[in-house]
Amino acid sequence: MSTLLEIENLTVQFNTAKGLLTALSDVSLHIRAGETVCLVGESGSGKTITSKSIMRLIDFENGIVSGGTVKLDGDELTAMSGRELQNLRGKKMAMIFQEPMAAFDPVFTIGSQIIEVIVRHKLGSRKQAWARGVELLRRAGIPEPEARMKQYPGELSGGMLQRAMIAMALACGPELLIADEPTTALDMTVQAQILQLLKELQQEFNMAILLITHDMGIAAEMADRIIVMYAGKVVEQATASQLFGQPHHPYTKGLLQSITTLDSIRKSRLPSIEGTIPGLAELPEGCRFHPRCPHATAKCVQESPPLLKVNGRQAACWYAGELAGKLGDGQAVVQTNGQSASRPCSPADIVHLEPEPGYSIPSPFIDIIEVKKYYPLGRSIFAKHTSSIRAVDDVSLQIRRGETFGLVGESGSGKSTLGRMILQLEQATGGDIRFEGRSLTGLSEGELQKTRRNMQMIFQDPYGSMNPRWKVSDIIGEPLRVHEAMNASEKRIRIEALLESVGLNPKWADRYPHEFSGGQRQRIGIARAIALRPSFILADEAVSALDVSVQAQIINLMQELQQELGLTYLFIGHGLHVVRHVSDRIGVMYLGKLVEIADSEELFANPAHHYTRGLIASIPWPDPGRERIAAGIAGEIPSPSKPPSGCRFHTRCPAVTARCREEEPKLAQVRNSHWAACHFPA
Amino acid sequence: MIRTLTARLVSSIMVVLGALVLVFVIVYLLPGDPVFTILDPATATPEMIAGMRAQLGVDRPLYEQFWDYAGGMLQGDFGKSLLNDEPVLPKIIAHFPATLALTVASSLTAAVIGIWLGVLSAIHRNRWLDVVVRIIGLFGISMPTFWSGILLILIFSVNLGWFPAMGSDGWQTLVLPALSLGLVGSGFIVRLVRNSMLEVINEPFIVTLRSKGISERLVMYRHALRNALIPALTMIGVLIGDLLAGTVVIETVFSRQGIGRIISDALMAKDLPVVQGVIFFSAIIYVLINLLVDMSYSIIDPRVRRLNARRQAS
Amino acid sequence: MSAKESVLAKAVWQETKPASPAVRNSRKRSVSDFLVYAAGAVLLFIVACALVPGWIAPYTPTEMLTDRIMQPPGGSHLFGTDYFGRDIFSVVVYGSRDSLLIGIASVAAGLLAGGAIGALAGYAGGIIDMVLMRLLEILMTIPGILLALAIAAALGPSLANIVIAVSLSAVPGYARVLRGQIMSIKGRPFIMAAHSIGTPGLSIFLRHVLPNSWAPLLVMGTIGLGTSILMGSGLSFLGLGVIKEVPDWGTLLSQGRGYLTVAWWMATFPGMAITLLVLSVNLIGDKLRDRLDPKHTRG
Repeated sequence: MSTLLEIENLTVQFNTAKGLLTALSDVSLHIRAGETVCLVGESGSGKTITSKSIMRLIDFENGIVSGGTVKLDGDELTAMSGRELQNLRGKKMAMIFQEPMAAFDPVFTIGSQIIEVIVRHKLGSRKQAWARGVELLRRAGIPEPEARMKQYPGELSGGMLQRAMIAMALACGPELLIADEPTTALDMTVQAQILQLLKELQQEFNMAILLITHDMGIAAEMADRIIVMYAGKVVEQATASQLFGQPHHPYTKGLLQSITTLDSIRKSRLPSIEGTIPGLAELPEGCRFHPRCPHATAKCVQESPPLLKVNGRQAACWYAGELAGKLGDGQAVVQTNGQSASRPCSPADIVHLEPEPGYSIPSPFIDIIEVKKYYPLGRSIFAKHTSSIRAVDDVSLQIRRGETFGLVGESGSGKSTLGRMILQLEQATGGDIRFEGRSLTGLSEGELQKTRRNMQMIFQDPYGSMNPRWKVSDIIGEPLRVHEAMNASEKRIRIEALLESVGLNPKWADRYPHEFSGGQRQRIGIARAIALRPSFILADEAVSALDVSVQAQIINLMQELQQELGLTYLFIGHGLHVVRHVSDRIGVMYLGKLVEIADSEELFANPAHHYTRGLIASIPWPDPGRERIAAGIAGEIPSPSKPPSGCRFHTRCPAVTARCREEEPKLAQVRNSHWAACHFPA
Repeated sequence: MIRTLTARLVSSIMVVLGALVLVFVIVYLLPGDPVFTILDPATATPEMIAGMRAQLGVDRPLYEQFWDYAGGMLQGDFGKSLLNDEPVLPKIIAHFPATLALTVASSLTAAVIGIWLGVLSAIHRNRWLDVVVRIIGLFGISMPTFWSGILLILIFSVNLGWFPAMGSDGWQTLVLPALSLGLVGSGFIVRLVRNSMLEVINEPFIVTLRSKGISERLVMYRHALRNALIPALTMIGVLIGDLLAGTVVIETVFSRQGIGRIISDALMAKDLPVVQGVIFFSAIIYVLINLLVDMSYSIIDPRVRRLNARRQAS
Repeated sequence: MSAKESVLAKAVWQETKPASPAVRNSRKRSVSDFLVYAAGAVLLFIVACALVPGWIAPYTPTEMLTDRIMQPPGGSHLFGTDYFGRDIFSVVVYGSRDSLLIGIASVAAGLLAGGAIGALAGYAGGIIDMVLMRLLEILMTIPGILLALAIAAALGPSLANIVIAVSLSAVPGYARVLRGQIMSIKGRPFIMAAHSIGTPGLSIFLRHVLPNSWAPLLVMGTIGLGTSILMGSGLSFLGLGVIKEVPDWGTLLSQGRGYLTVAWWMATFPGMAITLLVLSVNLIGDKLRDRLDPKHTRG
């Protein structure tokens, strides 16, 4: 295979208010024709800037290539004029983006935007372009392509738009397709479909793909080769099997260990990389990873390691060769930071749960009884009957004291709404919620206030959940101020103790939220949640927005606190492996319905509902050798305003029968402590 | 579409009715006895005053007066001038074309200059052209129209003699007042379009367009501008209302015979029915303009169109 | 009307999202900084004129130099003299007081009333919000200057009445901006966080919502100061101003208008004073917005 793209010693700088910032330093990589290369790393590593530098899209963001070369098929891109580049963009190299909803111009039809690029590169008349557009949309798996051509971006779902985006990118037959986190904003089942589509089209169009992702699972599934970036530098470059088999750079190693997989030991402590990725303005001297590296020496502090060939791959570490043996293979259990990485479950780790015979548990800690939440739709004075979105429809479940109950589901499943109803942040339309035997739905404002002491919440976006004008001490102190009569010095002592218990410096109490990193902010959010020593905490996508290494830190912290304080968690998430890792039992929701509920191990070992099976099959495994066992789920989630009749999943179910279309299945026991709402459980 | 239209129409009518009440309240607050607009307080006898009161109907209870007033207004009977018994509505209608011409001309001036400079400013952000345009825009919104009008007269009538300084016949008389009023409007539009453009330029879809190899010219003028104009359009609607009101001042400066002139004269003379009539009339025009803008909004922006369609479906 | 509202709110707020790596050309930055300093200096000078006119004006404003009627600018009369032989510069200096006072007082009154209505509507929501917003909508159908004109005429010529007239026409704008901001803050996650903690509703409103909402109102107030000054002088120009020995700038301009062909300076300089004042206020308002808009500081 010939080399299609060759980047050598690329250095990119941005002209900012703070001065010239170096975003990429000395980046070298190459892509061969028809190859898939994954660029991985956490946010701030420089992946996206690399991709935009190839297209020279940084020109529009005050970026400058201050060193190095980028050659596409022998043409030197860094030296090209704007016009020459324009002729290449969209034709020889094309790009797809993270958020398909935002990546289309909202006021032009899909068709006109596809036609635009074909006509621009003089590959046909408008009429020919129309025909080609229809064909491309069809090939991208979009039903009724003629009709879609005439629709506006806002009328299509995210998954459909990403398909259309792919079709548009392929319109001129590019040799290089750059895909920047193309599935991150999509639901899991749709993500699997899009990745599959990319694989197929790559074959068909014989193009090279540069796939940018933060998800090691996706990298393992898609990549021929993987390039790991950290703080604007390439730190390791290897084939997928080499990288997952034996990472040579301590950062790669840390990344691989931080991710939860479906066969990791549940509830164990996740190995994590301490600290966070440095900002561009405060890059450390020497090896940029040294402040977080357990193996750092004086040499690492002083000298920056070059990207060198080691054992048939490249790594930028002074000790890559020596460490490789020590670091062992990716999945192995090693010592990091002096802590045992994943120890087996000891009795102290897991709360003892008496096996309960029925789906209903006698005297549960939290009892959710036939809860409904309907949002009225189109409240017009003229509408005679109001339709509604059934966000949560008749859900019953129990949470035991001391357990972690995981709730999973894709967008529109109603999992967050259910969580908020437990905390009475949303009023249920029907049904009852009991907390320690007391009904919460009929409580007066004052009584509710008192109950809130025992129930707290951790949010997805820690920064958004804090008043930006308040100091950390005020934020953590708010529950104390509301619920406890204490004087200033007592409060201060409590706040500092809380900060310490979540692993933050107590001296930081007088800082503002914007002075912290994402992971640190989530720690502040946790400190606020435990300030009143509640018995129950709702963690709504609490780690979803965090980088992998930080995610592991927060999960570890939450598990430690659970043991220390005897907390009960309701852990809502869309990342199945993370939910599996922390939860004792898991409920699966689909379009407002609870479709399956079981112990964690049981659910993943023997999923009974076809939706659960599809969800599990959709997860990309961080193991390049592994083939997907089952196909994912076809189609998209229907609108919650018009849910399908009978079993709501019947439109996408591989085992659908006539009965599923008419009769709604009830939750029924399929095995010991395992229930599913399916007429024909697997 | 029809349903949204009727909904908008109904709410517009409600607003017009509200304005009707408001106008009555304001005018009722006017101190002094309307009788003395006609009679000379020095010579009038108590009998003459009482007679005139009865004739004008101001001796009746307030609600009756309101009822008559509202009923009349809604039937198109705006009453008669206290000064010369001239019916109000025909007078307004006779003078309205001059005002309408000025409003339209100044709105066009404002829109053309404003959009053009706003786009230039956004494209050349932070370069000298942008700085100059922004200063022009600031001047536009900071100059009183009666001053810029006077300056224009001074330069183009008194010194150069290109355009007449006063009157309302022929297009020549329109140039200076439309320019001075349009400058203010363009000041607002420049700022709005510039900010709106800058916001759109930072949208992810602009990156997509560039990644497709579309030329900067097309990216800016075909895609960014069309998106940026959508919010600008509503602002232009609001602005037309302000420009309409601005004619009050500018018609005085240029001695134009429009409804702005009528109301300022009527205010001086305390001629209530005329004041009432003109204010109510311009409120109706204002509501109409907004109705039109809202409708054109849904034609230009597919998102609004879709929202309406969905509302209709549910 | 929600579309329009958002546009209006945008016009004063949230309008400039900086490009992701915020970039400014340092040279141009110094130009805009220079303009703001210049505006500050002009404003300070005008305030000084209003406070201690006697220190600045070379003549008293009522002093008629009958031997120097209608002299063009230059020499001992910077702005020339009028048909009474008064020194126009001195009259302008003394006239600054009323012009400035009308602007500041109307903004203060408008902000108070509009802020209160907006806060009430934003806090209460539901039917109260709807009724208040409908009333404001009706008030808005009569465009600013027309409303002010009618009210000023209704109440009679006095400084206080002009302030009432001008501020009333600005009330809907202030109320809507504050209400809009309150609504958007209410939807932010940290408000839900406060609810989840059990913080009482009023406390959330006072401690979380209001402190995060007032900034756009402040910016709009600064920009409104310019508008109020313009409107106040417009009323004076139309003859609804206060008749006093020392006329304010609008009246002065209106008087000078009659002598346009013989003494251009009589109308030109008062107008220039108004423009300079409003321009300075607007420049400072723009700067204030840049500083207070969270989107500017966060990126």
